[in-house]
Amino acid sequence: MTIAVASPTSSTTARFSPRWLSDRLGGFVLHVVVIGLTVAWMVPTIGLLITSFRLPQDISNSGWWTALSPPFKFTLDNYSQMFAASNLGQSLFNSFMISIPATVIPVTLAAFAAYAFAWMKFPGRDWIFLALVGLLAVPLQLTFIPVTTEFVKLGLTPQHLTAIGLPPFIPLWLAHAGYGLPFSIYLLSNFFRALPSDLFESAEIDGAGTLTVFFRIVLPLSVPAIASLVIFQFLWVWNDLLVALIYVGGVATVAPVTVTLVNLVGSYGQNYQLLTAAAFFSMIVPLVVFLSLQRYFVRGILAGSVKG
Amino acid sequence: MRRLWLKRSLLLSLAAVVTAVACGTSSTPAAGSVNVMATWTGAEQASFFAVMKPFTDQTGITINYEASRDQDALLTTRVAAGNPPDLAAAPSPALLTTFAKAGKVKALNNIVDMTALQSQYSPGWVTLGEPLSDGKLYQVYSWVSLKGLIWYDPKNFTAKGYNVPTSWQSLLDLQQTIKSSGTTPWCIGLESGAASGWPGSDWVKEIVLSQSGPTVYDNWWQGKQKWTSPEIKLAWQTWGQILGSNDSNVYGGAKNMSATNFGDAGTPMFQNPPKCYMHNQASFITSFFQSANASLQAGTDYNFFSLPDITSQYAGAHVVAGDAWSMFNDTPQAEKMLKYLMTADAQAIWVKRGGKISPNNQVPLTDYPDALSKSTAQILVATKIAKYDAGDQMPSDMRNAYWSAVLQFAQNQGNLNSILANLDAVQAKAYTS
Amino acid sequence: MDFSVLLTDLPTLVVVIIGVPLVLAAYIVGGEYLVRRLPDKSRPAVRPWIWVAPALLLVTGFLVAPAIGTVFQSFQDKNGVFIGFQNFAAQLAGFPTGGAWIAIRNNLFWLIFYTLFVLAFGLLLAVLFDRVPYESVVKSLIFMPMAISSVALVVIWKFMYAYQPPGQPQTGTLNFILNTVFHQDPRTWIQDETPLLGLFPLNDLALIGAAVWGIVGFSLVILSAALKGIPGDLLEAARVDGAGEITIFRRVIFPLMMPTVVVVGTTLVIFALKAFDVVYAMTNGNYNTDVLANRMYQLLYNSHDFGGASAVAVILLLTVIPVLIFNLRQFRAVEARR
Repeated sequence: MTIAVASPTSSTTARFSPRWLSDRLGGFVLHVVVIGLTVAWMVPTIGLLITSFRLPQDISNSGWWTALSPPFKFTLDNYSQMFAASNLGQSLFNSFMISIPATVIPVTLAAFAAYAFAWMKFPGRDWIFLALVGLLAVPLQLTFIPVTTEFVKLGLTPQHLTAIGLPPFIPLWLAHAGYGLPFSIYLLSNFFRALPSDLFESAEIDGAGTLTVFFRIVLPLSVPAIASLVIFQFLWVWNDLLVALIYVGGVATVAPVTVTLVNLVGSYGQNYQLLTAAAFFSMIVPLVVFLSLQRYFVRGILAGSVKG
Repeated sequence: MRRLWLKRSLLLSLAAVVTAVACGTSSTPAAGSVNVMATWTGAEQASFFAVMKPFTDQTGITINYEASRDQDALLTTRVAAGNPPDLAAAPSPALLTTFAKAGKVKALNNIVDMTALQSQYSPGWVTLGEPLSDGKLYQVYSWVSLKGLIWYDPKNFTAKGYNVPTSWQSLLDLQQTIKSSGTTPWCIGLESGAASGWPGSDWVKEIVLSQSGPTVYDNWWQGKQKWTSPEIKLAWQTWGQILGSNDSNVYGGAKNMSATNFGDAGTPMFQNPPKCYMHNQASFITSFFQSANASLQAGTDYNFFSLPDITSQYAGAHVVAGDAWSMFNDTPQAEKMLKYLMTADAQAIWVKRGGKISPNNQVPLTDYPDALSKSTAQILVATKIAKYDAGDQMPSDMRNAYWSAVLQFAQNQGNLNSILANLDAVQAKAYTS
Repeated sequence: MDFSVLLTDLPTLVVVIIGVPLVLAAYIVGGEYLVRRLPDKSRPAVRPWIWVAPALLLVTGFLVAPAIGTVFQSFQDKNGVFIGFQNFAAQLAGFPTGGAWIAIRNNLFWLIFYTLFVLAFGLLLAVLFDRVPYESVVKSLIFMPMAISSVALVVIWKFMYAYQPPGQPQTGTLNFILNTVFHQDPRTWIQDETPLLGLFPLNDLALIGAAVWGIVGFSLVILSAALKGIPGDLLEAARVDGAGEITIFRRVIFPLMMPTVVVVGTTLVIFALKAFDVVYAMTNGNYNTDVLANRMYQLLYNSHDFGGASAVAVILLLTVIPVLIFNLRQFRAVEARR
């Protein structure tokens, strides 16, 4: 069920009446504005796309829009060089190995915790919640040294983990989970809290246990919120560079695709035009995730939930 | 019902973990491995792998290589956490020296062949690797580059009847001649992302060395000579002469200088008509020239001459830079690798691929792939006073302040006094460890 | 490109994809099972902790403990000796242009422009897109910049802001438009500190603009989800009563979306205070564009001044307090209405 926000034209206005005209014009203006804004927004991306098909000498000497008029000098060079990058296959795999658990863990744990914050009472609940929101502000760089020191002491380094047969990405999963939890809990609590309390009351009367309420009522009704969270967390982890380098390193066997692509460029910045092709390549997976989760955004399950 | 479900899910997860363990087990090769961290990415990474191939083929040792331009952050974190790489190569020894001071790197005196080192390398490179002046070698150099090369288009010079200047005064005269003919003599680009300003710092340090000599130079980067001292101030003012008042000697003036990436800065030299005639940059710039203009030919379309000596007493002085190696973990494999890297054969592999010069005098000049790199190698070998890049030897915050000062100076040369005073303030705090 | 490695390692990936959710589900199911074995009375006391424990543990380890360590470090010198407020004094010295003051000023600009614009624009787009049949298409297009890594974002905007001297063909999109459409001289967007309206440096706004472009999708998606939750009958009723669109927005839509607006706004405020990537990669804080997070990074990794870096972090954390107080009030208001 889609919440139909139909255009406000009432079908009873007379054709060509002033009201009818202003409604039609309003509709037309709306489309112009929407499409205009979107096209303007797309300009930088389109510029990058076209640049990715140009040779470096063209890129430094003329703007991307000049490529749209003859002579057409397009090339697949940047893409072929990128695909020839050593380790691209392995790092793609690594990125999935990193991103999927690093999304599942925080979203799931956040769902558990948000449920408790929204619908259970326990001492210190509000203050702990507030502290969580405050933790959003902690700059990550300051956590690197203390946490990696502890990890080394605990043996949670990629080398040690591979030696004992465990996936080397465990420290990175935990790190991304830890860093992503404050926002996840914050977002989900907001949506969970907005669910109507009569739902819970009637469930209680029916004798449903906590788990049933969670899995059968709360989660299904919160699908749009969870879908948004999955997208954002996945995006953040997929595109992350520094956290991966710190916790898992840049060695070919464990490097995610962000490291491989950024290393296409020489240490002085030679061949930086390869980054244009790399940008589009690494965009594909997050966009696919977004598009496939899009349909969860239109369900009107939240009807009546945003009562404030 | 719930109990059954519970049991099943617990069993399944246990099975999952066990399978993961079983599938994840990897076999460690018997010969061992070395963990290496450097900044070589892109084509340079390919060259480094080519260098290491004979080594890995012969010894069976695996090289676990990682590279990042965020090396400072990464290395600092790893060392602090107690998980450093075995070997690290850095384009600037400043960070490695900090670690040496903190006792985090191993002394190499008993690891590398000191006799070979002393006979195959000019003493400057060996002394450079003993930054704590305690006789202990903490850094060794494998590939180096020459700075203070003025690039020009020989065809442009011939067309206008210009001669390559051989003295500082003739450089200033040439500058004036070009300017009177209506074109800016210089192309300079300072933009470089987080490192913006460094090309200008190269200018200043080259002037300091050539103008005031090696002693002043050394005292300066060691923090013993103030930025406001007459010699250093004079160097900045001399650069100001090159820039011209209001940066009028530079193509596009202050605005273009600060907005143009160093890699693109030399391109206007090749335009028709040329927008400038000279460009000061290290030897790697040739790949940027080619990239922007594939039809250029080395030697015909671009060539270089050394920055002319300013003070005759310090003639033949050059600023050099190089990749420094330090060892954090003394393992047999790391020792083997370091010994290998110091040999002429290993270094020659990259030399032949182009883009680097070897400091090892056993590498024949014929190994250099083209006339230009051969000339740079010759200059390096013959140079009387070779001093390592001053900025790269300063503590990182001093170096960053130096770069920022370049940007500020380029925007307004009149602010020199306050810029230098500010640098002195940074200097006062930067050298306390 | 060698894809064979994908095939050989695929079993591990499958195991991980199945194993991780299973372990988590097993935890909560097992936890509930344990709670059930307790007497009825103690269940409500113990149960919440089972639900929040893993999250709290992770957050404590990765964020709370280092944060507390940071606070301590801000009062220490390089050797761990307690030196009181000296680090703070050093960072806050030289008002108005010394120490961290330029960074603080710039973060203020980020707060104003970044947060307000992203929030307002996200809201506007959510409302406008809601009324067009091709909504999911345009939403995806606006969202696209979010899928771009920060490295690529910097590359895109360096191209957008590229400068060539006046009279030369421009390679940067903005300067091209400035030149051909407005017949103005090109500007060095990233280096130019000319204050617009006498107050706001152009280069600050340019950096903020690049960051804004990358984050509007975030605001749009969340606000759009909240908008969809408003029952259509409420809106229809208002329209039947003759209310204009703007009134409906002010009186019906916006108040109902308030809690989500607070969440998005709070998050954006914090992002503005933590702004780093764009500033670090484009200017490294030069040309007076420095921000607190960049300053902290420099102090940490270049100066190795852990005390100073910690002091900057503490200043950052303190600026978040007003936001937290606002959230607390909102939170209490929602609770009261339940």
